[in-house]
Amino acid sequence: MNDAVLRIRDLKTCFDTRDGMVTAVDGVSLSLGRGECLGVVGESGSGKSVTFASVMGLVKKPGFIAKGSINFEGRELVGLDPKNYRKLRGKEIAMTMQDAQTALNPAYTVSNQIIEVLLAHDETLSGSRKAQRRQARQQALEMLQLVGIPSAETRLDDYPHQFSGGMRQRVMIAIALACKPKLLIADEPTTALDVTIQAQVLELIADIRDKLGMSVILITHDLGVVAEYCDNVVVMYAGQVVENGPTGAVIATPQHPYTQGLLRSIPRLSDLSRRIEPIKGTVPELIDLPDQCRFMDRCTRAQASCRDLIAMQDCGAGRQVRCIAPGLAGGSDV
Amino acid sequence: MSVGKFIERLLQLIPVLLGVSIIVFVMMLFTPGDPVAIMLGDQHVTEELENALRHDMGLDLPPHQRFFKFLSNALTLDFGLSYYHRQPVWDVIASRLPATIELSLAALVFALVVSIPLGVLAAVHKNSLLDRIATVTSLFGVSLPGFWFGILLIIFFAVNMHWLPVAGRAGFESEVAPITHLLLVDSLLRGRIDAFWDALRHLILPTITLGLPMASILTRVTRASMLDVLNRDYITFAEAKGLSKTKILIKHALKNALIPTVTVAAIETGSLLGGNMVVETVFGWPGLGRLVVESIFVRNYPLIQAAVLFYAVTYVMLNFFADILYTMLNPRVKL
Repeated sequence: MNDAVLRIRDLKTCFDTRDGMVTAVDGVSLSLGRGECLGVVGESGSGKSVTFASVMGLVKKPGFIAKGSINFEGRELVGLDPKNYRKLRGKEIAMTMQDAQTALNPAYTVSNQIIEVLLAHDETLSGSRKAQRRQARQQALEMLQLVGIPSAETRLDDYPHQFSGGMRQRVMIAIALACKPKLLIADEPTTALDVTIQAQVLELIADIRDKLGMSVILITHDLGVVAEYCDNVVVMYAGQVVENGPTGAVIATPQHPYTQGLLRSIPRLSDLSRRIEPIKGTVPELIDLPDQCRFMDRCTRAQASCRDLIAMQDCGAGRQVRCIAPGLAGGSDV
Repeated sequence: MSVGKFIERLLQLIPVLLGVSIIVFVMMLFTPGDPVAIMLGDQHVTEELENALRHDMGLDLPPHQRFFKFLSNALTLDFGLSYYHRQPVWDVIASRLPATIELSLAALVFALVVSIPLGVLAAVHKNSLLDRIATVTSLFGVSLPGFWFGILLIIFFAVNMHWLPVAGRAGFESEVAPITHLLLVDSLLRGRIDAFWDALRHLILPTITLGLPMASILTRVTRASMLDVLNRDYITFAEAKGLSKTKILIKHALKNALIPTVTVAAIETGSLLGGNMVVETVFGWPGLGRLVVESIFVRNYPLIQAAVLFYAVTYVMLNFFADILYTMLNPRVKL
């Protein structure tokens, strides 16, 4: 893909803890095209959030990016100085967090929290400070209307706690999108929401993505969400990408045993007789891991050669998998 | 917050204050010793005169009538006569109040100015040298008893180094005609820089002695709450918005972190009043605290009673203002 907005190559992010070096992200590579929606799937501790904290330049001590490259619109982000990073964040790359209830500052009105992003980044604002605030307030109102807050005008000066869960999520999206970013990283946008609201919020993101022509990274552990909204999918396990490719193909014929396991562990209304099969075991601790396949201990197909270093291998149609014995198990009909 | 709510909240203070006055009254009722006998001391008078005196002071009435008399008098600041000073009690208190207010305000300002920046810096640079120094110093600050620490300061800064005066509020030569009765303010208003400087020099040691425990507690509270706030999602989200570091720290973190600080500051300001008794005695400060201590020694009951009531009312009002400040900082809390 030549027209990539974001290209991550061999990213390694570590945390120097008292118990040892934790490699939270280990050699992750992925790329995202303009206007594309990429799903990033994996369970807690798979490194998906840290990967995109690295992209945002928000890896906190004792964490650091050990190696690799993050290329955003032709600019290298690894090693970018804090001042320029700050100009990028919120303006060109925006992020929404899992729970708007905790992501919005309880002490300030929603208009205040939208306006401050605009004042920080929007160069089209002009005139005195007061005039800029007035223009920013108008834009804040438009953003709230865009994300579908009913009677937005009267709600501008409400505090976050005065909104319902779904509305709060919309407010957070409005803040993230205030400067019309080229890339939105949505970290588990639906996890904290009721099922009915989840669909609304995802529709909203998809809708705005079309309107603004931005690219979206949807971090989730819900394969159903990925199937519905994402063009491509990256499956992460224990800090590594284990499988990637076009969503439809990956879900129809998953190659990696972990992806297969994930799909089998989803309950399905269409087939109530089928029991869900959880993947046995837990994600390994990420301290001082050997170079073997990380899924080996939980894999039903593990063999001696899994103890070697396993690299990503192409398996056609833009797909890659990190397994020496890909395929084998049947597809799925999510 | 609406004006109606404010008034409603203010009216709720009435039962509290009524309760306080009942307690103060009952306390005095059961205090051993007959005020008339104390007042007369060694003088021998006829029983008739004694009864007349008792009647004059309303001491022959049944308790509930005495209480209502006490209450209605208190509302007009009439707390009777301080027989030690031969002046109305309130006049004596009022003459000592400015010195205490000045010292308490100075201690409060000192505590806030030291503790909030120190607590914030300690939290931001957690585990740094500054953080460790702040933590250890504040531990000392809360543990050192005022009477000891004050004397230590006097010995070093006044007696040995001669940098600051030993005691008192100001020298005779720096007397200024009162306006607010606060020396720092009055000397400035009158354009007397020399008097201002003199008053300030007298104020430094008592202020530090009185304010140090409060500064220490507030440093710890601010540090802890700042650490908590800095780990909140809204701080990460603010960073993701590309805001500057100062903006994140001052706007997003500090306002939330100050909520516990304000609560504790209000309570601690109340305890400044108690600390005043010790510090004013050590530094010969002519304030209410020393007056109360003196009055206890001479069993000046009417004055003690009025002072206790005054302390209680002040305490209740401080908490009321803390509540109001709280709602301004935290929109989720309603009055």
